Amino acid sequence: MLDDFMVRATLAGVGVSLAAAPLGCFVVWRRMAYFGEATAHAALLGISLSLMFEFSVFAGALFVSVIMATAVTIGQGRSLFLDTLLGVAGHSCMALGLIIVSFISGVRIELMAYLIGDILAVSKTDVLLIWLGLALVLLLLIWRWSALLLCTLNEDLAAASGLYPKRENFVLTIALAVVVAVGIKVVGVLLIISMLIIPAASSRSLGSTPEKMAIFASLIGTLSAILGFNASYVFDTPTGPSIVCVASLIFLFTLTFSLLTQQFQRKY
Amino acid sequence: MLIEVQSLNVRYGNKKVLENINLSVSRSEIVTIVGPNGSGKTTLFKAIIGSAPISSGKIIMSPSVKVGYVPQVLNVDRSLPLTAARFLNLVNNRNDQGLLRAQQILGSEDYLSTQISSLSGGQLQRVLLARALMNDPDVLLLDEATRGLDQPGSAAFYKKIEEVRESSGCAVLMISHDLHIVMSASNRVICLNGHICCQGEPQSVASSPEYRDLFGSNIDGTFALYQHNHKENKSRINHSNA
Repeated sequence: MLDDFMVRATLAGVGVSLAAAPLGCFVVWRRMAYFGEATAHAALLGISLSLMFEFSVFAGALFVSVIMATAVTIGQGRSLFLDTLLGVAGHSCMALGLIIVSFISGVRIELMAYLIGDILAVSKTDVLLIWLGLALVLLLLIWRWSALLLCTLNEDLAAASGLYPKRENFVLTIALAVVVAVGIKVVGVLLIISMLIIPAASSRSLGSTPEKMAIFASLIGTLSAILGFNASYVFDTPTGPSIVCVASLIFLFTLTFSLLTQQFQRKY
Repeated sequence: MLIEVQSLNVRYGNKKVLENINLSVSRSEIVTIVGPNGSGKTTLFKAIIGSAPISSGKIIMSPSVKVGYVPQVLNVDRSLPLTAARFLNLVNNRNDQGLLRAQQILGSEDYLSTQISSLSGGQLQRVLLARALMNDPDVLLLDEATRGLDQPGSAAFYKKIEEVRESSGCAVLMISHDLHIVMSASNRVICLNGHICCQGEPQSVASSPEYRDLFGSNIDGTFALYQHNHKENKSRINHSNA
């Protein structure tokens, strides 16, 4: 079954969506969109290093993402805010990565695959890595769920309840780096942030509890992956961007739906 | 002794926020911290709960001491769907005594199923206090807990705190700008401005030169304003009766 590239691609797309969606809810609640984007862009340095020294792209991306996100979180201070540091660190890593790639012959064409993903090229190993990553992210989120919610609300309240907000935030950083690393083959470093944010944003009007919102986001993410993949097959469009476009359409649909129901409730 | 702070120093970068703070809080005591904006009151609280970086000194508090903390503000992003009831139960070790007190605070619980992002300021304060009381705390930390409450509301709030202290024997450490209430409701007042300017019984602090220096003519103003309002209210009531 896994010999069929269509099956592998679908499994890869669904795996990444399922990992990205619940984590994406935290990205939305904590307004970490830029954090996610900078982390994903920094992963390009990891990719270029792994191409140069010929080791796993997944490991390279994971390593650089974790290092960058951790360094920036620790380094943020009163004079330079997290946002600014992320802009500096994330995009310096990306620029450096692009320069390193330029030294490796023949990789330049391949680079596009890492920027927007190349889901049709996923191997059995890639599928396995994606689903292992998915398992890790879901386990982390389920294990720390309540603690993460309280830290998201107010870190001082969390500290007073005996939690360590920094440790909880690190859990999110790790999960984010894993999602970035497994998402590279599917949607690429440029679009992974949309797989985090769009399903979560679409599910806001549907879920009345954090759990429901995360489940709806996962469903929307999965639906986007399957529909987007099939659309790219039918219309011969790049797969990663197609998945994101389907997710955006679903977002527009749920947004319109929630605006209409609000109007309706106001009238009657 | 529930909490003992020994020569605590906290700095953010080069800025000394707290300098050589020594204080202790015992069971059943109501201690109020007053001080101008930027005097390090909230930072002191954060140091006690462990979320501010301590550069030197120490805070001695047994791990068995349960802390109930009411933060100054709770900004809830509207993107996070969370009902008040759910918030109350989030990482909170409830016990029967605490639950009972929380229920008293909440009164009729008709807004518990409301999203916390749509609660009014007063409702949110009550939910925060209820959450702080749920695990039957040994010490309550209240950071300007009456912010956003009207005068009767804050009077009722302090009355409730007093009741909780009497029934549970918990200590209360609070930050407040309601100087007139501070003077009547506290056992001890600590006047903070980066360092501890003076501390002691309310009357002795109020008459100390350090306190007068810090609050200047403001303090007289506060009392005057308060009394003035009081008279005005009275006369309005008389008027409507007539």
